[in-house]
Amino acid sequence: MTGYIARRLLMMIPTLLGVAILTFFMLRVVPGDVVQVKLMADGGMVSPEAIEAERVRLGLDHSLTVQFLDWMRGIFTLDFGNSMWTGRPVAAEIASRFLVTFQAALMATIIAVFIAVPLGTVSALYRGTVLDYVVRVITIGGLALPSFWIGMLVLLCLLRYAHWLPPISYISPTEDPWGNFTQMIWPSMVVGYRFSAVLARLIRSSLLDVLNEDYIRTARAKGVPARTVIWLHALKNALLPAVTVVGLEFAFLIGGLVVTEQVFNLNGVGKLFIQAVEHHDFTMIQGLVMMFAVIYVLANLIVDLIYAAIDPRIRYR
Amino acid sequence: MNGPAPELLRVEDLSVEFGGRLRAVDGVGFTVKAGETLAVVGESGSGKSVTALSLMRLLPEGVGRYASGRVSFDGKDLLDLSPGEMEKLRGQDIAMIFQEPMTSLNPILTIGFQIMEPLRIHLGLTGAQARARAVELLGLVGISDAERRLDQYPHQFSGGMRQRVMIAIGLACDPKLIIADEPTTALDVTIQAQILELMKDLSRRLDIALILITHNLGIVARYADRVAVMYAARIVESGTAEAVFARPRHPYTMGLLRSVPRLDRARQTRLATIEGLPPDLANAPSGCRFAPRCPFAIASCAEPPHLSETDTGGLSACHRWEEIAAGTIREVPAEPAPARLLAADGPKEIMRLEKLSKTFEVGRGIGRKPGIVRAVEQVSLSVGEGETLGLVGESGCGKSTLGRLILGLEEPTSGTIAFEGKDITAAPPAERRRLRRDIQVIFQDPFSSLNPRMTVGSIVEEPLKVYGLRKGARARGERVRELLDQVGLRADMAERYPHQLSGGQRQRVGIARALAMEPRFIVCDEAVSALDVSIQGQIINLLERLQAELGLTFLFIAHDLAVVRHISTRVAVMYLGRVMEIADRDAIYAEPLHPYTKVLLDAAPVPDPEIEKTRAPRIVNGDLPSPLSPPPGCVFHTRCPIATEECRGIIPEPREIRPGHFAACIKVEAQP
Ligand SMILES: Nc1ncnc2c1ncn2[C@@H]1O[C@H](COP(=O)(O)OP(=O)(O)OP(=O)(O)O)[C@@H](O)[C@H]1O
Ligand code: SF4
Ligand code: SF4
Ligand SMILES: [Mg+2]
Repeated sequence: MTGYIARRLLMMIPTLLGVAILTFFMLRVVPGDVVQVKLMADGGMVSPEAIEAERVRLGLDHSLTVQFLDWMRGIFTLDFGNSMWTGRPVAAEIASRFLVTFQAALMATIIAVFIAVPLGTVSALYRGTVLDYVVRVITIGGLALPSFWIGMLVLLCLLRYAHWLPPISYISPTEDPWGNFTQMIWPSMVVGYRFSAVLARLIRSSLLDVLNEDYIRTARAKGVPARTVIWLHALKNALLPAVTVVGLEFAFLIGGLVVTEQVFNLNGVGKLFIQAVEHHDFTMIQGLVMMFAVIYVLANLIVDLIYAAIDPRIRYR
Repeated sequence: MNGPAPELLRVEDLSVEFGGRLRAVDGVGFTVKAGETLAVVGESGSGKSVTALSLMRLLPEGVGRYASGRVSFDGKDLLDLSPGEMEKLRGQDIAMIFQEPMTSLNPILTIGFQIMEPLRIHLGLTGAQARARAVELLGLVGISDAERRLDQYPHQFSGGMRQRVMIAIGLACDPKLIIADEPTTALDVTIQAQILELMKDLSRRLDIALILITHNLGIVARYADRVAVMYAARIVESGTAEAVFARPRHPYTMGLLRSVPRLDRARQTRLATIEGLPPDLANAPSGCRFAPRCPFAIASCAEPPHLSETDTGGLSACHRWEEIAAGTIREVPAEPAPARLLAADGPKEIMRLEKLSKTFEVGRGIGRKPGIVRAVEQVSLSVGEGETLGLVGESGCGKSTLGRLILGLEEPTSGTIAFEGKDITAAPPAERRRLRRDIQVIFQDPFSSLNPRMTVGSIVEEPLKVYGLRKGARARGERVRELLDQVGLRADMAERYPHQLSGGQRQRVGIARALAMEPRFIVCDEAVSALDVSIQGQIINLLERLQAELGLTFLFIAHDLAVVRHISTRVAVMYLGRVMEIADRDAIYAEPLHPYTKVLLDAAPVPDPEIEKTRAPRIVNGDLPSPLSPPPGCVFHTRCPIATEECRGIIPEPREIRPGHFAACIKVEAQP
């Protein structure tokens, strides 16, 4: 198994290289660069010499190939360069925001799983009954209502009834666990709700399929009590496809929490990304995209490992 | 057993409805005595499976409903038990084995867990005890190395072994009754024989009653004590196996028995068939449901007949059983077979395969070595114009690949295919296009080979357009009607879509489509395998008629030895990609030379209990080897009853043992 993981990790390299090439050149296709944004933003006239000097300082005067090779060389020593906007190292900038987003994504995923598994199961088992209908309303709500709107609703309620305002900055879970929890739980719930709706519907249909499988009939014919049939024989099989969705959705959340971060005033990578795009901060965007790519690939690997652990038909090869 | 065995199961007036309308089982009743084997036969959709599931109270929840009936088992009324009491009974007193061994075991639980589960639930055995019993059970069903096997998963077992595991699960708590729903339909004929022998043997030794559901009359004849025949949700006849086979008292049973091709008899006549189709259960005739197809139907048949006891001691639901018994009404004898267009001095050769091989690479991936499957190995044979060459063998032996090579759907790895003396593998594209027309195919599954969004008419018309065989819509419409008529479809069927047709009708459409190209050679790949006995007979007769009328040559690929015997003029037997034996039809069935042909013929039961009683079939042991790693030397040596050390070192070439009779075995002596 370690051999398998090592091979998979090695196979990450070409994937990431491809992503790197793609983002680097796609960014350069868009007109405008950071220098213009930075210097012109003040509104005043800036001399062409000043612009040129800034370009040289940021290395934007070199040919694309040279710039690319420079960046590549840095990556291989895990140096992602400095932000073209703030001048601070990209890696440090990302690291300082990563934890917030990671925590929110993780909590949202956990919440989603805890809501979706019972909801999906119940609606499959009581298909066509009032219970199924109620679950359907809940899940369709999660899919149809934009999460920023739910987020604002939650925030307004908290403000109105609990006089709670989102804190200005991230509260570290080690310093003030309760403070951290109250800060993170609301955004996580808002995101987790939408996520759970997707998941619950998937689990419902997957469980319905599994319940029609021949081996479920076999289990019933053996005299296995109805509840054990569901827990032991059906659910585990039915959850297999959900594992993939959970993994990929989690990876997506790392980059996809932009709006929720705005609403709840969280200083996460989503916000950082928006800023970087606004500023044409190429190095920062490149760094962020590379991070998203790594997370996707790792999430995929973990999904495959979980799959292999549950399903004996899948072998490490 | 001494004296009459006590009655174990009594089913009375059992009716099951689906969706409140469709009666899938209608007033069914039968009894099973302790330790006896009752076979339930009938065509697809006649309600066999629903009957079985309803005995176990396993009908799909919310869909199936008991409309009436009593099921007394061992003094209890099963339909009155609470769900909890029923759970206790299932797997403990009554066990069930299903048709699909590949999907009937949970893929993510170990075999051991699945065998031990009923032991723990019903007998309260704990870990070590349950495991010891599981090992014992695996031994009982003939799986060696049981200790290690318990920790494996279903995908590590072959189909036959999985069915053995299902039997082990069924036997776990010493049940009084096992219900087996088509337990061997998905298995190869040699494995089928192994499994059924095992079940019969265990049921005798452990005194377990068996309800064996099947559509195979041969299996009934070999294994059943009594038979119940179902037709359109009702039982139409029942009795001892001997009586029902020798003296059937219902026209449907009589028709069934006449329309199965026989392995043990040379063919003289066209197959008798039951014309028409079984009724749609949603609006079945109010009187005798067989009346629309019954050759003896009279006015009073509009009244539903009830099961009454006949002279043979069985039951028949026919108003005219007494006349049948007295012999005053009789079936018309079958027509003689159509004469074949064979030249007197043997047919002219139309197709010749020379050392044809096809290998596939499987499991290719980054950093992985691909495996080689030798699907077809060094096959040489020739087919004469106007003849039918039957190609038989078990699953994976390369039959279909050979067909696909001939059709040009696969490129051979080596060897040549000559059609009328020209090598088609080396032919230029234009030439190949023409040959494509000459060589057509009819597939097994008529449904998946017909475009569901096209009408029957446009399906048949398509090749006419593509190949420009008829110019103009009018000429094409004319030709489509002609083709439909040729395959026995009414002209108005042209407007229908494939899903609006029955299996037999779809197969007719497939034949019409093939004929549209005016071919000379047709590859029939399991063309009748998916059809019920009575429909199968109709299609076989159609194929024979077309062959005689149009001078067609057939390569008839099938796994059913009896069907092949009926339709072929010569037969080739394949095993793991190689041809083991080729001979004229009657020679190969009467005097098979190759050991594999012998076990294959022994494994297939004959629909006649009298004959089956006197046969002591040789059962081959073991599974088919994987085509990924065929055994060295003679590929059959791992299962051959007369193999010796020598066979491991030699790949036997087919030798002409007698004129026109080839066998690939070193132990077969040349005979004068
Ligand atoms: N779950 C279901 N819902 C509705 N109709 C059903 C259901 N299961 C079976 N039926 C119908 O009940 C009838 C009898 O089906 P059944 O499966 O018992 O036939 P069978 O004799 O076992 O056929 P086969 O040889 O194909 O297995 C058919 O008309 C079938 O369409
Ligand atoms: S009752 Fe009439 S229609 Fe039915 S099987 Fe007997 S003779 Fe035929
Ligand atoms: S060559 Fe040997 S192993 Fe092969 S069929 Fe003949 S006797 Fe059996
Ligand atoms: Mg069935």
